[in-house]
Amino acid sequence: MTTGQQIITIALVVLGTVLTRALPFIIFPEGRKPPKFISYLGTVLPYAVIGMLVVYCLRDAVFSSWHALPELIAIAITAIVHKIRHNTLLSIAIGTAAYMLLVQNIF
Amino acid sequence: MRTDKSAQGKWKAAFRAAFPLTLPICIGFLFLGMSYGFLMKSSGFATIWTAAMSLFIFAGSMEFIAMNLLLASFNPIYSFLLTLMVNARHLFYGISMLERYRGMGWKKPYLVFGLCDETFSINCTAKVPQGVDRGTFYLIVTMLNQCYWVTGAIAGSLLGNILTFNTEGLDFVMTALFTVMLVNQWEEKKDHRPAIAGIAASLLCLLVFGSDIFLIPAMAAIVLIFAFMAKREAV
Repeated sequence: MTTGQQIITIALVVLGTVLTRALPFIIFPEGRKPPKFISYLGTVLPYAVIGMLVVYCLRDAVFSSWHALPELIAIAITAIVHKIRHNTLLSIAIGTAAYMLLVQNIF
Repeated sequence: MRTDKSAQGKWKAAFRAAFPLTLPICIGFLFLGMSYGFLMKSSGFATIWTAAMSLFIFAGSMEFIAMNLLLASFNPIYSFLLTLMVNARHLFYGISMLERYRGMGWKKPYLVFGLCDETFSINCTAKVPQGVDRGTFYLIVTMLNQCYWVTGAIAGSLLGNILTFNTEGLDFVMTALFTVMLVNQWEEKKDHRPAIAGIAASLLCLLVFGSDIFLIPAMAAIVLIFAFMAKREAV
């Protein structure tokens, strides 16, 4: 690939990425009221998307030899710590430390 | 003078509210950014390429894919379509943020540009404290996250692999972050159906379609479920 071709490739990746982020804002501009269903989606999607992101994080682990077992254990630890203390940084720190211990020593 | 001071106070208050929320992302992005920069360097790309890509693409997983696109033969249409496919999930972020990003004025183009997974997850779920300007808060979260990523990527390209301890598993901070948000949402909202729909549809599609393309059928399934729910609630 020449430098010019590399720059074109990067430009297209930038364009594609920006497009996926901007499209809803372009289709439903501020001035006009979005269709009812889109407004409804706006209220329920945040809850579905965070769940989707957790699964997205596990996408490769699920097909590994342990089938995401260390990940699921660490997720459970993170959730339990968070349920008890409700301290975001603490839950993330303990969950991540637990995961590192698991994958470095056991799995 | 007075307006200067209050403007400064606005930024300070927003920074104080936003910064702690971005700390897990700071760790995750510095680490992931460094591995990305190191990988770019090992593949023969000068630091300027790493800097430009992390700054302008600013979509973690896509940047790793873009590197492979640059190493393969030139195929612009495939590169563009692949980007749309990999990043299709952003459409959901936009729809979720339509209301929150309304009336953001000059900040809006950048807020939309920087709407990566992690920035979305904070700006969508955070309860902006009273007295803190929402727009400034969103802007600072977006800027901080991008700074972490770009800094990590450039550092990885310049310094190579400087972390001497065993970092295996450190990338779990992102999973832990989303898990914490899931728990928060679960406790905050009585109706758990949206969360269950998101997890179940994604998991099922992951098992059926495999890890490369599962998000698109999962998103379609989620929209269908919500169409069905909206119809039932309307009756």
